Order: sequence, then C-alpha cells, then structure tokens
Amino acid sequence: MTLMDISTAIQRLATTSMLTCKSRLANLAALTITALTTTALTTATTVLLATTSQAAELQTIQIGYLELQQQQSPLLSNVLPDPEDNGLQGARLGRDDNNAGGKFLGLQYQLQESRSYQLDDLKASLQQWQTNGMQAVLVNAPADALQQLSLLAPNLLLFNIGSNSDELRSQTCLNNVLHTLPSRAMLTDALAQWLISKKLKKWLLITGTRPGDKLYADAVRRSAKRFGGKLVAEKDWTFDADLRRSAAAEVPLFTQTKEYDAVIVADEPGDFGEFILYNTWYPRPVVGTQGLTPTGWHRVVEQWGAAQLQNRFDRLAHRWMTDKDYAAWAAMRSIGETLAHQQPYAAAALKDYLLGPDFELAGFKGRKLTYRNWNGQLRQPIPLIHPRALVSQSPQEGYLHPTTELDTLGFDKPESQCRIGS
Amino acid sequence: MNNPRPLTHVRLASPLKTSLIRTALATATLLASGLVLATPLAYVSNEKDDSLSVIDLDSLEVINTIEVGQRPRGITFNKDYSLLYICASDDDTVQVLDVASNRVVANLPSGEDPEQFALHPDGDRLYISNEDSALVTVVDTHTHEVSGQIDVGVEPEGMGVSPDGKLVVNTSETTSMLHWIDASTNQLIHNTKVDQRPRHVEFSKDGKQLWASAEIGGTVSVIDVASKEEIHKIRFNIRGVHPDKVQPVGVKLTSDGRYAFVALGPANHVAVVDAKTYEVLDYLLVGRRVWHMALTPDEKYLLTTNGISGDVSVVDVARQKVIKSIKVGRYPWGLAIKP
Repeated sequence: MTLMDISTAIQRLATTSMLTCKSRLANLAALTITALTTTALTTATTVLLATTSQAAELQTIQIGYLELQQQQSPLLSNVLPDPEDNGLQGARLGRDDNNAGGKFLGLQYQLQESRSYQLDDLKASLQQWQTNGMQAVLVNAPADALQQLSLLAPNLLLFNIGSNSDELRSQTCLNNVLHTLPSRAMLTDALAQWLISKKLKKWLLITGTRPGDKLYADAVRRSAKRFGGKLVAEKDWTFDADLRRSAAAEVPLFTQTKEYDAVIVADEPGDFGEFILYNTWYPRPVVGTQGLTPTGWHRVVEQWGAAQLQNRFDRLAHRWMTDKDYAAWAAMRSIGETLAHQQPYAAAALKDYLLGPDFELAGFKGRKLTYRNWNGQLRQPIPLIHPRALVSQSPQEGYLHPTTELDTLGFDKPESQCRIGS
Repeated sequence: MNNPRPLTHVRLASPLKTSLIRTALATATLLASGLVLATPLAYVSNEKDDSLSVIDLDSLEVINTIEVGQRPRGITFNKDYSLLYICASDDDTVQVLDVASNRVVANLPSGEDPEQFALHPDGDRLYISNEDSALVTVVDTHTHEVSGQIDVGVEPEGMGVSPDGKLVVNTSETTSMLHWIDASTNQLIHNTKVDQRPRHVEFSKDGKQLWASAEIGGTVSVIDVASKEEIHKIRFNIRGVHPDKVQPVGVKLTSDGRYAFVALGPANHVAVVDAKTYEVLDYLLVGRRVWHMALTPDEKYLLTTNGISGDVSVVDVARQKVIKSIKVGRYPWGLAIKP
C-alpha cells in the first residue's frame, strides 16, 4: 500500500463515517484527517445537500416488508420453482439504492421484514410498526390478505407488490394502497396489443382450474373486447394425466377446435401450460402465462440501462430478478425519490406526492414511471418475453391515448370506480 | 492510417464537393512540398461489436475498424492525441490505444465497469465513472495507478472537468444527482439534485455554466457553477413524438457560446438550442437512438452516434442540416475526434 493509498483510504473512511454514524472510529478518523490536512474537515462538513451538516442529524427511514408465505401446490411442471425470497430481495435492493443516494441527503433507509404463513403474525407486525411510527409498508400477499392489512392500518401507506388482482384496481378501491405490480388486465392488454399488431386476431383460450387462472381468463376476455381479438374457442383444462409423458398425445386432440391464430393459456402457477407449446393441433404460437409471456419484469430485460439493475440484483441475491422483486424495488425507489425532493416521511404526504404531477421514476423501462391517481397503479411498459429473450414491449406502436399511451394498458380512469387521489 | 487516398477515390457528393476539392488540392500541394498532413479523424466506439470505427473527416467515410476490449463505451484522447483511452466496460478496464499503431498498449486499473470518463486539463488524471459500483476512480495516466476513489450515487455516468481544472462533476443516474468533486483533494463538496437519470455534463468554455441532461426527466438543466444551482431548465417538444420518448443524453456547446446541441435519444432528433436565451431553435432528424456527439476541430460539423441504426449522422453546424449518415458498427456509443 502506498502512502497515497493509505491517505485515500482514510479520507474515504472519514467521509463515509461522518455521513453514516458518529462512532468513536469516525471521530478518530476525523481527527487523523485534520492532522493530515486541515481542509479535509471543512470540505467534509459542506458535503450534505440538505440542512444536515452533522452526523447526529441523520434521519432513519423505517420501511416495512410484509409477506404472507404460501405453500406451493404440486404442479406438473415443477422444474423451476419460484425463489423462496421472491419480492424480498427486490425490497432490499431498493433499500440499498435509496441509501446510496440518501447518504448525500442525511437519510438512512432501513427495512423491517416480517414473513409468515399466518396472516395474524403479519397483522401483529403491522400494528407494532404502526405504533412505532412507521409510515410505509410493502405488502407481498394475495388480494384478500392485502385488503385486511389495509383496513388494519388506514393511516399507513401500503405498496402492493404481490397481487395482480383486477378487482383492487377497478372496484374494491383501497384508499391507502398503491400498486407497483401490474394488474392482470395490464398484462393481457399488453399481450392483446401485440397479437393484434401481428394480425393474430383469432384466439383459443385454455383455462386451468385454479381461481387465478379463471381471473386471468376474465382479463383475456376483457382485452379481446377492448382491442378486437376474437375468441374462436374456449376450453377448460381439467385433465389430471401426467403430461410429461402424454402431452404429445393429449394436447393435439384437446386443441382441435375451430381454427385459431394463437393459443392463449391461463395457467398462473405453471401446472400444464408448458406442455401446450409445440403440441397444438394447428401449429400456432402459444402465449399468455406460458410461451410468449407479458410480465412486469424478467432477466431478459437489459435495454434502457436495465443491465445495471440486473447486475446489482444478481450481486445481492445471486438469482434472476422477478416481477415481484421489481415491484418491491419500484416501491422502495418511489419512497426514495419522494424524500429526495424534500418531502417529509409521512404517509399522507407520500401518497399526495406520488399521485401528484411532480413525481417521476426512472425505472429502466425506457420511459418515466408515474402513478395513476384514480387507483394508485404504477404506470409501466410491459415486456413480452420468452425465457431467453425480450420479444417486444407494450404499449405497441399506434395505440394512442389522450394522456399517455401507458394508459392503454389496464384500467383507465373511465373503466375504474376508484378515485383514491384527492 | 491517414493515407491520403488517390483523388479518383473521392466521391463528390454535392454539398461537400467544393470543400473536398479544396482539401484534396491542399493535400496534394502539401504532399508535394514534403509536409505530412494529418486528416482529421473521428473514432467511434461500437458497444456491441467490441470495435472502433475510424472515420476520415474529409471524405466522411469509414477507413478502418479496430478490434478492442469488450463493450467499449466512453472514449477520449490524451492531450497530444497520441493515445486514445477506451472504457472497455465488460473487461473492467480502461484500455490505452496507441494511435499510431492502433494497438492496445496498456490497461488502466479503472475499477469495475467503467462507462464514461473525463481527462483533467493537466492530462495527468483520468476521472472514471464505475457504473456498477457507485464510485468515481481517479487514475494517474503516467504511473497507471489509482490515485483516489470517491463515493457517489448509484450508477455514476456523466463526467466533466471544469476548464480551470478545479472542479470535477459526476452524474449518478439512479440517484439523479450531480456530484461536485474538488480536484485538488478528491473530496465530494456538493450535490445538486436534477431530474431523473442524468446522463451527461458539459462545462461552458468559460467554465461559468454546467449543462446537465436528464434522460428520463426529459430536460437539460443549466447550472451556475459558482452557486451550483440551476438557473434554467430546458424542455423539448417535438411534433408527433410523445414527450416520454424525448430523452436527452449528449450535450455539446460551440466554443463561440452560440449554440448548444442536445441529443434526444429515442426521439431520433438533435435539438439546436440558443446557448444564450436557452430557446430551442430547431430539431434535426438523425439516426435512431442518438446519444453522444462530437464537434470537428473547426466546429464545422457535429457528429452523432445513433445506437439502434448503427450509424453516425453528420450535421453541418452553420446550415443546421444533416448532410450524411455513415454506417459504422453495432450500437455506436462514444465519439472522439483527432485533429
């Protein structure tokens, strides 16, 4: 180590310490640096952008993360299970990204994590946090659990990172909830726009047996109506045969219907859908929950600087970043951006700013992200992917809207009963 | 390189005809008199081809392609133009290309994922953005050693050094700040919040202003260097292009203080701005996803890198017209010009 290296190291240590803590080590480092050079201290004290000039004034921002863990049901194609920390790692990355900027503003973000298979445990955590003065919480849970948590903490701002429920964006309006995960309608609208752009207008819809599958199918029907797709046939998948052996025999007959341009699969957990590809009666593309898939985020997204986000995530979590991770990251960054604009950390102020005209988030999707002020949904382009490549991104060229083309995806203001922004 | 081509090879495209003849004649005369005349050259980094394209600025044609390290992005010459520094992002190094031999002669310890950099006017210090590790690394260009590292925000990108060499400014894309560094101490002295995703900074020639583009914010902030405060925000509005697609990246200022050019990314246009009134005068249609730019030494032409169309557009500065596009490699990114 050269003398230059040592002095650089000490200077870095001193600067960082002054910004983040006032430990004895920091004081020692500060003293050392005064001895080394008198200008260093004076320089360091002018570092902060905001009013804070002393480490003692560093403000801690506590943000909560609640996850209702779910037992995964047995699936036919269970080769690639969801990561165990799906969503959580995105929140952690958002915290780290916030802190990287927050240190220049005198802010330190902390994430309180509570995960359980029991909703009651989450309720207890939420109440505790509320008592402690926490203002914002990320929730990774199905719609009904989210709704209960929202009622329990009406004065907190919740971010929905786990439920793609259309009902929560159109009818059951939760006043204190913003949604960073895209709704099913946004996904199927993104898909429908692509299909119509490709002149693939006649669709066969295959729906699984689980409640989510049926809701996805509802969203497909809505999108068909909206963009002019025609459902030439609809079939429910009710077979319980092991398709790993018999897909080639079962699926062709099952898909022998009136001729279609594309097959849309509604199989959210990934039970049978993977086996539809290359086995359909007509050789047509398979899209939906399998095949060409609309999603909030995927590893193959690397344009618009996304490669950097993917790299950061990979270093933190050692796996691919999912749509839930992205939703959690976007929620954390939304809070970070709001506070960076000198807003107080208070639920009401956060909500007002996020739903207001000044908020914008750079989210690696090629354009700025904002929230819909009627239902609190984060507007965002939707990537259409297959497991190894980005195929397209909706909204597709030519789908116009008086406000923003992003509002051609999901529930637009006239289609939603929600008016959560004042 | 720099081979004066026989006159028969010069294709006389109409707007350039007279100037080319003049240059060609001048070349011939100088050669006859035994002098070596260096043709100005533009070097373009091709991000997805791991190569540099070399453009002859007299003929406006690619005359050479040089293999370099992985994912070359920012490029800049040393003071006497004998060396070209190249951010080879995926090799985690800054390569030093010997311009005479077109060989990589050294690798600088740049820190992880170097993206852009700026050379201090003294020529001794290179300030490098490490996009993946939220650092600015200072490298001594003579000893090839790291002389300092400065913590900045997430995804540092744009780098600029004030003409007097006292201030270094870095932009962090995700934190959306300008970080001001004292060049004598390598200490962070101030942060200025700007709009989302600042990509590039450019000092005015007198050092009094700093222009900073915000890609997702869609704006360019003009900052007063003395107070480090924004004095004006420039917005852009192109007929028929959605405002979200207007994403400013590169900024170039003419040395007479008259014009600023702003590359607008996926809007596929370069804005011409009156550098005194900040009024947008015109939008010039160039290739697809225009990011970085460079002015020729005489400031007669402005060159732009168009990533998606894989070409370089040539703008006639006086006439404010695009006169040519030159096919280069895949995803051209950076530009540096050798007089």
